[in-house]
Amino acid sequence: MSPRPVTGQPTTPGPAADTRGDPSPPTDPRPVLSLRHLTVTFRMRGGRAVRAVNDIDLDLAAGECLALVGESGCGKSVLASALLGLLPGNAVVSGTALVHSPGTPTAPLDVLSAPEKTLATRVRGRLIGLVPQSPAAHLTPVRTVRSQLAETVRELHGTPRAELRAATERAAARAAFPPDHLDHYPHQLSGGLAQRAATAAALVGDAPLLLADEPTTGLDRDLVEHTVDELRRHADAGRAVLIVTHDLVAAERVADRVAVMYAGRIVEIAPAPSFFGEPGPRHPYAHGLLQALPSRTFVPVPGMPPELSRLPTGCAFAPRCGRATAQCTTTLPAFTDGTACHHA
Amino acid sequence: MLELAHLTAGYPGRPPVLRDACLTIAPGEAVGLQGPSGCGKSTLARVAALLHRPDHGTVTVDGHRVHGWRHRAPRSLRTRIGVVFQQPRQSADPRLTLADVIAEPLRANGRRAEVPDRLPELSRSVGLTDELLTRRPHEVSDGQLQRACLARALALEPRWLVCDEMTSMLDASTTAALVGAVESYRTRTGAGLLAVSHDDELLTRWCDRTVTLAAGAAGSAGAAGSAKDLDTWTS
Ligand code: SF4
Repeated sequence: MSPRPVTGQPTTPGPAADTRGDPSPPTDPRPVLSLRHLTVTFRMRGGRAVRAVNDIDLDLAAGECLALVGESGCGKSVLASALLGLLPGNAVVSGTALVHSPGTPTAPLDVLSAPEKTLATRVRGRLIGLVPQSPAAHLTPVRTVRSQLAETVRELHGTPRAELRAATERAAARAAFPPDHLDHYPHQLSGGLAQRAATAAALVGDAPLLLADEPTTGLDRDLVEHTVDELRRHADAGRAVLIVTHDLVAAERVADRVAVMYAGRIVEIAPAPSFFGEPGPRHPYAHGLLQALPSRTFVPVPGMPPELSRLPTGCAFAPRCGRATAQCTTTLPAFTDGTACHHA
Repeated sequence: MLELAHLTAGYPGRPPVLRDACLTIAPGEAVGLQGPSGCGKSTLARVAALLHRPDHGTVTVDGHRVHGWRHRAPRSLRTRIGVVFQQPRQSADPRLTLADVIAEPLRANGRRAEVPDRLPELSRSVGLTDELLTRRPHEVSDGQLQRACLARALALEPRWLVCDEMTSMLDASTTAALVGAVESYRTRTGAGLLAVSHDDELLTRWCDRTVTLAAGAAGSAGAAGSAKDLDTWTS
């Protein structure tokens, strides 16, 4: 893990931009997604500023699946929205988020600085496919799944009318959406089928990056497994998959690496096997979060996360941390060697 | 006892999602109800919480047979049952502060005078700080709002709690904290629990026994869900 390069502005495409020796596909060593100093601040009334995402560095390679986990309100969904340019007007974004389509000569695109027109025509659906949190909200209630999926297919591929029906059914099949439900309206679908319909739409544009925002919320275990296995399959087929989730069991099943977010920062990034197995998480918060699972000790991390508008100086976890020392309350722990903790 | 006998229930224009479901919960007992999406487990929870009138079957709460549902349910029965749903944002009035959300049942039941005493105790029991109590729902996280919704469900000291996917949007730590709050309440008061979830590991850890509702008839012509005890675990 080497998420903190010392290069200043890694905007130049080509080998010079990447000196970290990632185990990437031989053809194109550049990561599909590369975040540097990604920061999102919300300006609130009364001059209050809420820093929801704080100085995030992260690289995601083709064929890799990374799960971003953390408590509700830790900033993980804000990060996902930032990549798609879907933040509300009072959000101020800084840093870079380069998205690169492997094997293409096109320079990586910084989606944070791209104008809305570029986001609409080149990013959403084409560079980044979104598997949404509440599929029902992403499907129009007054049109059938077939009609919505067909429109997406035509928009992204310009498929001629005569071939549209077959192309739509192929698109549905890729997300295991049953063909005999294509003529249903969204409200006639179970949560699981609505999720698959939305996933099918996310896959249409062959985007190199799939972004799944809480894709398993409210699904029963079988459907959770099915949904994440599908995402795994898309990673194995060469896409980069970023899953934002609170579901650690789903994360364990699907992810190559896990990134734990706390109070807007990434506090640990680890390979999934060593995170969920031996030696386990190194950051005290990550350790506590994992231990809270009903299959483990089922004991919560004491206390509640801090207000993002009033972060303590030093480590944001210090008020809840059993290992905190004086240093923790005065000095922000830098992210080094996979974790941001003075005593990991 | 909370007795649900031969319940058939559903929604107009569709085949019933529940058919002939039976479930009895003893005082102080914690029963987990699981089953796949669409099996009718949330409908069963709503019937048990007196929020959904079944087409057939009976509900008996502590020996009192229920004849009215929703606002027609007699107050004396309604107040015996506390309910927490999956989506706190859909069940909390966005205009109220968290303090008012929690105190709502006391005010609605003519017990306004108890609010100053009970509010600190209720909010403490779910781990909410005083500062958060002055916020409105959009100013807190899902986890914090769900804590308030649990405190609201406990406000009238119900004999029975129905938790319908209470934690399925929440992270592991908040889940453990909320279940811990429910369990301290039950230890103190001896209340019974019906916990609906798709997470069998959670129910196994939380409940005295777990009942599985078979795949239901929602949107298809298959057999409607019927509850039967498949397994009993002790935690
Ligand atoms: S830096 Fe200190 S307070 Fe923060 S997690 Fe590490 S030990 Fe705990």
